Amino acid sequence: MHAPAPLLPLLLEEVSFQAGGQRLIDGVTLRLEAGPPTVILGPNGAGKSLLLRLCHGLLQPSSGRVAWLGPAAQQRDTLRFGQAMVFQKPVLLRRSVLDNVIFPLKLRGMNRHARAERAQAALDRVGLAALAERPARVLSGGEQQRLALARAWALNPQILFLDEPTANLDPAATRQVEQIIKGFVRDGTKIVMTTHDLGQAKRLASDIVFLHRGRITERTPADIFFTAPRSDEAGAFLNGDLTW
Amino acid sequence: MMLNHKSLLGGAVAAMLVLSATMASAQQKFIVIASTTSTEQSGLFGHILPRFTQKTGVEVRVVAQGTGQALKTGENGDADVVFVHDPAAEKKFVEAGHGVEHRQVMYNDFVIVGPKGDPAKIGGSKDVVDAYKKIAAAKAPFASRGDNSGTHAAELRLWKAAGVDVKTAGAGWYRETGSGMGPTLNTASGMNAYALTDRGTWLNFKNRGELTILVEGDQRLFNQYGVMLVNPQKHPHVKVAEGRAFIDWITSKEGQDAIAAYKINGEQLFFPNYKPGSGS
Amino acid sequence: MTTISDAFLLALQMMWQGNAELLSIIGLSLRVSLTAVVIGSTIGLPLGAFLALARFPGRNAFIVLLNASMGLPPVVVGLIVYLLLSRSGPLGPLSWLFTPMGMIVAQVVLITPIVGALARQTVADLWTEYEEQLRSLGLTPLRAIATLLWDGRFSLSTAVLAGFGRAIAEVGAIIIVGGNIAGYTRTMTTAISLETSRGDLALAMALGIVLLTIAIAINTGASLLNSFTRKTQGA
Repeated sequence: MHAPAPLLPLLLEEVSFQAGGQRLIDGVTLRLEAGPPTVILGPNGAGKSLLLRLCHGLLQPSSGRVAWLGPAAQQRDTLRFGQAMVFQKPVLLRRSVLDNVIFPLKLRGMNRHARAERAQAALDRVGLAALAERPARVLSGGEQQRLALARAWALNPQILFLDEPTANLDPAATRQVEQIIKGFVRDGTKIVMTTHDLGQAKRLASDIVFLHRGRITERTPADIFFTAPRSDEAGAFLNGDLTW
Repeated sequence: MMLNHKSLLGGAVAAMLVLSATMASAQQKFIVIASTTSTEQSGLFGHILPRFTQKTGVEVRVVAQGTGQALKTGENGDADVVFVHDPAAEKKFVEAGHGVEHRQVMYNDFVIVGPKGDPAKIGGSKDVVDAYKKIAAAKAPFASRGDNSGTHAAELRLWKAAGVDVKTAGAGWYRETGSGMGPTLNTASGMNAYALTDRGTWLNFKNRGELTILVEGDQRLFNQYGVMLVNPQKHPHVKVAEGRAFIDWITSKEGQDAIAAYKINGEQLFFPNYKPGSGS
Repeated sequence: MTTISDAFLLALQMMWQGNAELLSIIGLSLRVSLTAVVIGSTIGLPLGAFLALARFPGRNAFIVLLNASMGLPPVVVGLIVYLLLSRSGPLGPLSWLFTPMGMIVAQVVLITPIVGALARQTVADLWTEYEEQLRSLGLTPLRAIATLLWDGRFSLSTAVLAGFGRAIAEVGAIIIVGGNIAGYTRTMTTAISLETSRGDLALAMALGIVLLTIAIAINTGASLLNSFTRKTQGA
């Protein structure tokens, strides 16, 4: 797992996604490089989650191209294992906390001893070591999300997609999750996340991609975005106007 | 999770043990006899077979079927010995080369049972054909085996002798149960119908309701049992030595005495009548 | 209705005395049905999961067939297995006709579609819930089969119990294939059938009560175990 060949950058070219006769993502071109976090903002229904899924490969674009440009993309395994995603509602397996972290490590062919050690370290990192033997599904919402992050961390991804990771959490749990995300950033993992929480975007983002009705209206460094957004849609959004 | 995989594995191992245990009990010497429900349900086999097994060490597995099915089982090679009661069908079976060493073993008798009210007024008669005519004339309900068994064959012969064509009888008084002797008696008991039954099954039968014996003792009600070995030339796996041992034993003095000794409420059910050279 | 009260007394008496013949009949019933359940589940669970996850031509027709097979009449299955296992049939050399092995085969044929069809539904539902996460972790649908079977174990245990219920209660197939041989292939249900045909309705009913008691005991045990593990491992 040391110094793996890079997977990034990720390039989306004129990517569109249609479902039920509707164009939900419309001609998006976006280049994501290694570096500090990118936050995707936009009103509900703008297509933020769809865009993340297209990036992660869970959805195939109806037209356009999603391409990883780094050398690691040449191999299926390094392509798949170089990225991870944490969902708004964490999907945990019906087994113990520890086994949830071990599960994907096993898929990656890690030996028994190494994966136990790695999983333990992941739980330590998110503060769940004491709950290792608990059934994952009885954890609180915040604990479940931290477990999902621990599972992602154990995989040591180069890029981590986060879809509204704190949408259902109280402020204390949100703070814990943000701390964990900052840890990923320190380790050099590229974070690409969606949020509807402007405060969170301000705290975490290095740059903002603003999505409106399936189109990117602007991509701006975070400090500029929050003071002087370039697109009218983003301006209205920041003013709290209802736009969709 | 380790633990759970282990317990799963444990379950599978336990199941395999169960399976092997099931198979292990199949290892001792045995023969399969295709026989009739009357011999099994009358309790005769329960009485005589342990003696044979004790003497020879050969376990006997009895599959109780109608005579027709039992002969078919023999023909397919799924039994070693066939022990049934339909002399005409047995003769055909042997002539077709399905069976060898056919011997007459014993007879029992049939009786006509019916409701105590006796709507066809046949009670006390010794003439079974006359009784059949009366039942048909009164259109009184009659429960037939209808299962191609030896008893069914005997019943049909009697209807023919009585000049009644049950296929066209109609009117719903003649009812085929398509099942064994016991279920047919259950049916007869339930709808107060007449029925032809072997005495052994009747004596063992508990759910009689209103039924009682009305006609018995006619020569034409005697029911001959025969035994034969399934032809080993057609079915090489047939256990010739053990099967022959059974046929020899059941026709020996010891076997014949055992048959005669079987009684229910002091009544003898089967009458041994093996005579050397009695086969077909 | 005295038969029913007689039957209850007789059943209590038989269970209390633990009569050897009864015990061997119960033992055979359990051995045959449990073995059939293990084999039927070993085939049915992966088969159901495969049908839930795989996409291939004819899949829908196969699923319809599988669902319809849940209602296979036992006598028909018995007859087919009889013809297959007969010395004159293709599997004759196995010598399984009129043996417990033959009965197990017949019950496996009866049970596998039940376990398979119920497992397919359970796994399909679970896949809806897990699909994105598992694919994100790098699992293809077919490689997810084992994971989904394991994670669906609580719901799947119901499918297995349904299969067991069908097996232990069934008489039509095993009486044809097993031959109801005293002391060898006589089970609870074939004994009940025999006693009914002997007109000993009280004894038949008593055996039925014993059978019901065993079935209830096994289901209770399974449900207790299920809720215990659910509690310790999470739903």
